[in-house]
Amino acid sequence: MHELSIAVSIVEIAEKEAARRCVCVRAVHLRLGPLAGVVKEALLSAYELASQNTSLAGTSLLVEDMPIVVHCPHCDQRRTLTSFEFRCPECDTPTPEVVQGRELEVFALELGDAA
Amino acid sequence: MTPRLVEVRQNVLKHNDEVARALRERFHASGVFVISLVSSPGSGKTTFLERTLTLLQPAYRVAALVGDLATENDARRLARSRAPVRQIVTGTLCHLEAAMVENALEGWSPGELDFLFIENVGNLVCPSSYDLGEDLRLILVSVTEGEDKPLKYPTIFNTSDVTIVSKMDLAEAAEFDWQALESNIQAVRPGMRVLRVSAKTGQGMDEWLEWLTALRSSAARLPGQ
Repeated sequence: MHELSIAVSIVEIAEKEAARRCVCVRAVHLRLGPLAGVVKEALLSAYELASQNTSLAGTSLLVEDMPIVVHCPHCDQRRTLTSFEFRCPECDTPTPEVVQGRELEVFALELGDAA
Repeated sequence: MTPRLVEVRQNVLKHNDEVARALRERFHASGVFVISLVSSPGSGKTTFLERTLTLLQPAYRVAALVGDLATENDARRLARSRAPVRQIVTGTLCHLEAAMVENALEGWSPGELDFLFIENVGNLVCPSSYDLGEDLRLILVSVTEGEDKPLKYPTIFNTSDVTIVSKMDLAEAAEFDWQALESNIQAVRPGMRVLRVSAKTGQGMDEWLEWLTALRSSAARLPGQ
């Protein structure tokens, strides 16, 4: 269970950005890949806990699930996977090269009423 | 009304990644090859590492850092190999982070080493997110664990570089299905090298050490590696 320390980092990043831009935050948008090693449900409850008694208390964490995208060496194309089976969905070639799917990124802040 | 958004685009683990990058540069500059070990609890990391440390000496200068939640037992066991060993007691933390490795190295000169091993906490989930500055992430899976481990924990297998199948001396008793494990590993991490060992009988240890030392030699020849 490392989601709490990750949630604390998310709150820190968002607080710092909000203060720097003098904005009031309603929600934090996060991009999460299946290969980030983070469980979304655990992260959401951890976020509630981590944001308590901070300027982000009461804000929500909106998680955008990023699919795994690989490069198929045979088709020379990017392919989106729907499972953890690393094979090209078109030609069945093994696809070790991961292009996307490790994201754990505070993508944006959604603004509320001006601070 | 469409919500107003301001873009931030910041990696949540940026701090860890920066510390890891600095560590990696330091390791490369000093010529030490760094291997981290991950596995579930009880799959034989410590026994495998003790044997590896013992066999690499005296031809190579080796050391180990070992992460454990609460005890120093693993460090005591590894110290029997006569290699320098330091324990990182993580308390309630379920994984190692780059800064913990950096702190544990204080007073050690990586330039005096050929190999540094970092044994992570026994856990197949959390360690996958944290870069430790290693050259190689080794995942250990024992023959008693079930051949579907890679499918249950695809992230840690996908982010690892080599699999060591341990406790091969128990393979028959455990009715271990080598083909099934190999195909599950290749499904989640195509092209992964898989080696089979028994640290107890010594089976496969020569092949593992030959592979490892050859990898270190080729890494040293690559510019910028």
